[in-house]
Amino acid sequence: MEILMSVVIGILFTIATYLVLSKSLLRIIVGTGLLSHAAHLLILTMGGLKQGSVPILSENAQSYVDPLPQALILTAIVISFGVTSFFLVLAYRSYQELGTDNMDELRGNKSYE
Amino acid sequence: MNNFVILPILIPLLTGIFLIFLTRKVNVQRVVSLISAIISIVIAFTLVIEVKTDGIQVLQASNWDAPFGISIVADMLSALLVLVTSIIVFSVLIYSFKHIDADREKFFYYPLVQFLIVGVNGAFLTGDIFNLFVFFEVMLMSSYVLLVIGGTKIQLRETIKYLLVNVIASALFVVAVAFLYSVVGTLNIADISQRIAEVEQPAIITTIAILFLVVFGLKGAIFPLYVWMPGSYYAPPIPILALFGALLTKVGIYSILRTFTTLFYHQPEYTHSIMLYLSILTIIFGCIGVMAYMDVKKIIIYNIVVAIGVILFGISVMNTEAIAGSVMYTLHDMLIKSALFLLIGMMIAKTGTSNIKHMGGLIHQSPLLGWMFFIAAISLAGVPPFSGFAGKLMIIQGAFKGGHYAGGLIVLFSSLIVLYSVMRIFIYAFWGEKKEYNLAAEQKKDNRFLLLPIGILIAVSIVYGIGTEAVYTYVSDAVQVLMNPSDYIQAVLKEG
Repeated sequence: MEILMSVVIGILFTIATYLVLSKSLLRIIVGTGLLSHAAHLLILTMGGLKQGSVPILSENAQSYVDPLPQALILTAIVISFGVTSFFLVLAYRSYQELGTDNMDELRGNKSYE
Repeated sequence: MNNFVILPILIPLLTGIFLIFLTRKVNVQRVVSLISAIISIVIAFTLVIEVKTDGIQVLQASNWDAPFGISIVADMLSALLVLVTSIIVFSVLIYSFKHIDADREKFFYYPLVQFLIVGVNGAFLTGDIFNLFVFFEVMLMSSYVLLVIGGTKIQLRETIKYLLVNVIASALFVVAVAFLYSVVGTLNIADISQRIAEVEQPAIITTIAILFLVVFGLKGAIFPLYVWMPGSYYAPPIPILALFGALLTKVGIYSILRTFTTLFYHQPEYTHSIMLYLSILTIIFGCIGVMAYMDVKKIIIYNIVVAIGVILFGISVMNTEAIAGSVMYTLHDMLIKSALFLLIGMMIAKTGTSNIKHMGGLIHQSPLLGWMFFIAAISLAGVPPFSGFAGKLMIIQGAFKGGHYAGGLIVLFSSLIVLYSVMRIFIYAFWGEKKEYNLAAEQKKDNRFLLLPIGILIAVSIVYGIGTEAVYTYVSDAVQVLMNPSDYIQAVLKEG
């Protein structure tokens, strides 16, 4: 199962890299979203995909899953959610102000003179 | 157990939240920020004294024993960095009163500065690697907004790039933490250190160490990952630039210092020699940058790159002298870089241009500004008795002792280039004929007030330079912990 998940994570990273390298700003944002998904899945897989009951002490359960990766993912999801929404607003506002979402036109080499 | 340790994080956080409700009352915001900054300085100072007398201070959050809960750890290095941070914030806030325009002040400038400090102090004080990531994000989130606040075209454009670089760096940080957790099964820095020492750092941990180097290198702007910095730091107004230049890159460097002395110190012939080559390349490329531009902002921004290279070089040499030199130099560099950014901000305000070719004769207009710039400039280059000298001397001493002669000579030579670059600003801008500047009416206001915060920073840095002997007793405590991770482990894990 871990092998399969690793392949899935690899594919997600590949797609994310491809999207981040494209010229359109919106594709880049989608790329960063996929990138953070891949990272979150990686935490889950790295913690070991175990079967067991929820990590709450009780008499019946014999084995527990590791609660820490889940806590980490939750934190990381909230952060990446915040950053992605900020990125979307930033992209929209820059499109309004600068009139383009093409990264080639956003290089800005001239302004340093 | 000591609840005092969390105050440097808690006070800016509460101040920031409080200030959000006062957005329209600019004067109240200024007063509250300033009071909070003064309290922070007092607390940071007390923390340094406390760490000096009682050793490393630890807080186990919610009373969960380490390694199960989150530890907040103040060793001497963290305490000193927090102290310098609060001094810089105090000065930059005073500077902002006259320099940041009213629109930015009304749109959450002061709360954002406080949240930035939450992230910076948190990163310095945390004893948990995932918590470090969280504080990095707190810091970055405020820095995104500070970078774009005001919404001019150049700011919007550069924020997109800065944001993208940092989103990717954050994803890599999460990946690195995940890998590390899968190998050692813990997140507490002291516990990780102990477990890595038990298995004597197998190859997989060394690989993860390099991943961490990439992550922190992106934040700290080392070669070849610094290319985002000159563009992005060019965009925001001067006080924000001063905060970024003095604090953000130093958080990256602090993280490298912490992880590569406390966690990944078993295979220095591999990890630290990679860092050595990278640091020398960082110095060389930074030196090319400082000579290539005629724009004061660009010159000082590339000086950050040179300083990062010098500090990283000291870390990678990894003996007591070099690490002590790196710590001394980091503290000095934070003070003097913020002073320099504030100084060039005042020069730009007086002349209306940031190109030194269009400046001239400023010494007639404002002699005090000129001499302050001169002191800051030679201090940056490391001329004794000013603050840069001791740190650089110890780094070079450590390099020669460790047999890195070429690297030591490159650091020495880089000081000359740094001196050349800032003296060029001095000669072009302050000497020569007085020039006429076409400033708009509202730009012609009297800005002598701005010399006060700069004066504070320069005075602190002069005291730091002349009192090196006294400062060193504190720095040697910091180095003692860095060179003996068992002290750190003992303090965190045995605390109960």
